[in-house]
Amino acid sequence: MHQFLAQLVNGISLGGIYALIALGYTMVYGIVELINFAHGDVYTLGSFFALTILAALGVTGEVHGPMLVADIAIAALGAALLCGIVGLLIERLAYRRLRDAPRLAPLITAIGVSFILENVMQVWKGPSPVQFPSLIPNPTLSLGALDVNVKQLVIVGLAVATMFALQVFVARTRLGKAMRATAQDRDAAQLMGINVNATIALTFLIGGALAGIAGFVSGVYYQSTWFFNGFGAGLKAFTAAVMGGIGNLAGAMLGGFAIGIIESFSTWLIGGQWSNVVVFAILILVLVFRPSGLLGESRPTKV
Amino acid sequence: MIYLYFAAGIGLTVALQMVQAPRKRLAIGALLAAILLLGPLVNGNDATLNVLADAGIYIVLALGLNVVVGYAGLLDLGYAAFFAIGAYAYALLASPQLGIHLPFWAILFIAAALASLFGIVLGAPTLRLHGDYLAIVTLGFGEIVPQVFQNLTKLTGGPNGIAALDFPTFFGRSFGQGSMPYYYVSLGAIALTLLLVRNLRDSRLGRAWMAIREDELAAKHVGINTTAVKLAAFALGASFSGLGGVIFAAKLSLVSPDLFQFQLSVLIVSMLVLGGMGNIAGVVVGALVLTFVNGVLLPQANTMAAAVHLNVDFGQYHFLIYGAILVGIMLFRPGGLLPNRQRSEELTNPQAGTS
Repeated sequence: MHQFLAQLVNGISLGGIYALIALGYTMVYGIVELINFAHGDVYTLGSFFALTILAALGVTGEVHGPMLVADIAIAALGAALLCGIVGLLIERLAYRRLRDAPRLAPLITAIGVSFILENVMQVWKGPSPVQFPSLIPNPTLSLGALDVNVKQLVIVGLAVATMFALQVFVARTRLGKAMRATAQDRDAAQLMGINVNATIALTFLIGGALAGIAGFVSGVYYQSTWFFNGFGAGLKAFTAAVMGGIGNLAGAMLGGFAIGIIESFSTWLIGGQWSNVVVFAILILVLVFRPSGLLGESRPTKV
Repeated sequence: MIYLYFAAGIGLTVALQMVQAPRKRLAIGALLAAILLLGPLVNGNDATLNVLADAGIYIVLALGLNVVVGYAGLLDLGYAAFFAIGAYAYALLASPQLGIHLPFWAILFIAAALASLFGIVLGAPTLRLHGDYLAIVTLGFGEIVPQVFQNLTKLTGGPNGIAALDFPTFFGRSFGQGSMPYYYVSLGAIALTLLLVRNLRDSRLGRAWMAIREDELAAKHVGINTTAVKLAAFALGASFSGLGGVIFAAKLSLVSPDLFQFQLSVLIVSMLVLGGMGNIAGVVVGALVLTFVNGVLLPQANTMAAAVHLNVDFGQYHFLIYGAILVGIMLFRPGGLLPNRQRSEELTNPQAGTS
């Protein structure tokens, strides 16, 4: 029982990171119907940016007192801003021209962008995993049989709060309305006076920023990062987005937690070397049997 | 010397694409065949033949993937999985690992059949998915297969893989360590593949693939059994990958799971995209150019950098090159260097196709 709860907590924390990445995936897919393959690499880039910022601030280990808040804020916002800009640039330089091309063209381009980012990161920080400062003091809180540490609480809280904030943003604000309109029918939205290019750019900015924050959080949680992390994490986050129904924000978050729990339990029960096989098998099964996701509505195919 | 081979291969293939007159084409083809067949007998440097044999395997893979991506318009991002299946088939059926020692030539056919069987197993449930979802499913499959080979430690030797595979024999004579026999085997495989894909392209099945690629709904309504036809593309495409895998494993005398990662699948896609999806000459040129870059140019650049005491490892820029090709070609020349006129029309003008 104790082990069961420990794995559950593990999985939910892992899932919180996937959820943050999946939110960006699902927003971008919702609006331009593109699997932004490079999204996972923007996430890794976030951890690299945060690492560089922390190094510039002179942070090498745990920080205490008011400096902790300042350091977290600077590193998280810095990574979010830089990754948002990267997301924006990718859209502007690589995807915008192909918006009306057949769907395979932007997908192939996205894979290319992903490879370019991976190579840049490999040259930047080297081919081996890089140490990340622990930053937050991490005492374990015992609630009966349940052991939770502070970092895990932060991750889950952050993922849930971000999802709600986005939900409100999309449902209540003018910009959110513009995003929904653009997702529904780009041409009609344009005729209604919505600046479609700016709206799509904004989506990529937000998605990139979320990936940046996820990268920062995962660096703090695992105390290590690697240029190739984003490939696997991105694929799992995409699985999460599809599981939750692509375009559905709450679904992406739930999917993220589900994938995290599945991964942690398969690691526990059948061994870590099988966890990727299980997750990718689920990806295939979900796409085959329920491509609209667990929460999504089935949409008629556009002809 | 190696430059000459690649120059001849690329130049004459481009010439074959440009020239229409049958007589001239025959002459160019004969010249190309003569250079490729007789060249090594005149000057058979082993390192050169090694790279050329690799180029041959890549050409077979690229032509096979072209059936799936270029003809039928289905993006397969897990093509390396079928290559792994072929390679592991050789490793298990011709090595001390299980004590089985079947002949190389028999395994070529067994592996091709096995790979196409897996193509059907993957394709049957997934081919009703469209475009990018299908691509992601194949990607997932491509991740699962090498991982499974890695995990079945008792059977496959785990991460270390299987070494000391049998040398193939030809009428009782062992291939041995040299690259020359593999070079000729890869030439033979290219010839066989070219013959098959050309005939497939011009067959009823080939026309059905292109109809689906251009408009699946319309194809369905003129009576094409789209599921069966797409499955055929998957199975046939996979069989070439399995065939290539056998030659690859025999030549290296080693298989291990890290040889068959996603990067390999993307490398083959890059060859197609660079050369021109759907166009045989283009695909061959794409495979030759990228093998040349990977096998000759980057190592050369390293040697030169070391000579002037420049501390750069060009070998670490593979990803950047593939990525730049994928992005650059899709943005600026979607048909590739040697476009198939019909396919490039579809990629530039969305009204002409919906793939």
